[in-house]
Amino acid sequence: MSSESIAEYEVAYAKPKAFYERYERKEELQHATHYCPGCGHGTVHKMLARAIDDLGIKDRTILVGPVGCSVFTYYYFDVGNVQAAHGRASAVATAMKRSHPGSVVVSYQGDGDLSAIGSAEILHAANRGENITVIFVNNAVYSMTGGQAAPTTLIGQKTTTTPDGRNPLNEGYPLRVSELLATLEAPVYIERVGLGDNKQVAHADRAIRRAMENQVRGLGFSLIEVLSPCPTIWKMKPVDAQRWVREEMEKTFPLGVYRDRTKDATPRPMPKTAPALEALPGILGIDGDEDLAEDAVCATDAAIDLRVRVAGFGGQGVLLLGEVLAEAGLDAGLEVSWLPSYGPEMRSGTSNCHVRLAHEPIDSPLVTAPNVLIAMNEPSLRKFDANVQPGGWVIYNGEEFPPDCARQDVHVLARPFTQIADALGDARAANMVMLGALLEMTPGLPQASIDAALRRLVKNPKWVELDECALTRGRELAREVLQEVLQEV
Amino acid sequence: MNAERQDRGLLRVNEEECKGCGLCVEACPPKAIAMGERMNHYGYRTAMYKGSGCTACGICFLVCPEPGAITVLRTVKRMVAALQTETGVAACASN
Repeated sequence: MSSESIAEYEVAYAKPKAFYERYERKEELQHATHYCPGCGHGTVHKMLARAIDDLGIKDRTILVGPVGCSVFTYYYFDVGNVQAAHGRASAVATAMKRSHPGSVVVSYQGDGDLSAIGSAEILHAANRGENITVIFVNNAVYSMTGGQAAPTTLIGQKTTTTPDGRNPLNEGYPLRVSELLATLEAPVYIERVGLGDNKQVAHADRAIRRAMENQVRGLGFSLIEVLSPCPTIWKMKPVDAQRWVREEMEKTFPLGVYRDRTKDATPRPMPKTAPALEALPGILGIDGDEDLAEDAVCATDAAIDLRVRVAGFGGQGVLLLGEVLAEAGLDAGLEVSWLPSYGPEMRSGTSNCHVRLAHEPIDSPLVTAPNVLIAMNEPSLRKFDANVQPGGWVIYNGEEFPPDCARQDVHVLARPFTQIADALGDARAANMVMLGALLEMTPGLPQASIDAALRRLVKNPKWVELDECALTRGRELAREVLQEVLQEV
Repeated sequence: MNAERQDRGLLRVNEEECKGCGLCVEACPPKAIAMGERMNHYGYRTAMYKGSGCTACGICFLVCPEPGAITVLRTVKRMVAALQTETGVAACASN
């Protein structure tokens, strides 16, 4: 008999439950991560997984993965997973947290991701004090892409893009993210930890847990920067890379707590929950008796296949013209599409829109060959005139149609619509005079639908009155021309 | 006497998961882990427990980058075993 024979063991440290049993990234190698031997990511993953286990939050954790070596976090963590575009993880995490306030959202990012392309996102997420946890893994290079210099690359450090070593005169100085973010008011907890030796590793484990706890308690923004070895790109043995973290990286990136307001912080109020789906029509003001398009019965038997291009300067009412037309079609139970197309300048730039109305479902909202072109100025005419379908109409805002634009195979209505509208009361109603002309040329839309559309889109009763007047005037002008056309035939 | 003394812990290395980085060997305070000579299926020399000395501190587990390559066990019922030995009560569990 000996004590050995009855010795029993319990598991003290084992693979955290927050990891999947197997990683289905590939057919093979499902038992191991894709990380290189000695990679810091694996160690940080384990710390994060332990924190998730210990806090019992696996079922409400959302992990936002970055671009970089740790892009595959969703293969490893058995939690809710989102993979963000390069650098955007903290912005995506913001959305996740705000739309799921009860969840625990972690933005896991590397230094290329967070401190270069994502520097704006992290700065503003921190400045807003989002109640998220950011794990920032800093290894001083872009590793996944083969070792280019990052904002965090040390002075003198050789990378593929700084073959003679980083020169501050050329590439600037290493960006100290923790210090930078600690200048902001909102963050609750910012600490830089390392994976340089046992003591550092044990401390990093505790720091990550604290950062997660802060979020569970609703305190606000926490960021843990982890100085992490990359033996492959640094071309070192794992143990040497660990030492390099401790002896070299730490000089530039001193470890320590840069912000800790966890004691004074009070839980942030939960954001308002998103409205229920059923409440949306009310919020958007489209509830009540108004029929939605799918319920509407088509109110016209006329064959309608309108492909309209409306073009002019921004501010001429180009988009509204198209919108009224589309909205009227919608009201009449037709299939419609309205596609605005304008430059970044809202006024004085060019502006145009594509409108389609048809009985059949619309395949594409683009109108490359319109059967009606409404050109509110000469440049717009010149731009789109050649594309009008033969037999189609050009409605042009001008006294004279430029002779060099004339085509034998299209009908033209050229009038000084701006002056006509001015005579009616306001030059800005030119768009509605032109729309009136279009409606007269392409009959089929019930007047009731047009009235309803106008009232829906134009709120000011004075303008509704003027616009109705303008539409009538446009119809009159079109009738004159239509008679001429009929006489010609 | 040494044979009777129980270690506080025990270490298991999953040889299929270990990538042989050696961080655990470096980290282990009582130096109870060594690199094995044998290569695993994927061509990595893997870490191995020397068989004694583990204190179940868990630092090897924490530094190891692979989620499940290392499992650390902690001895329990050591007190019971000692007590039973002292009082001459026969071991209740026989292997």
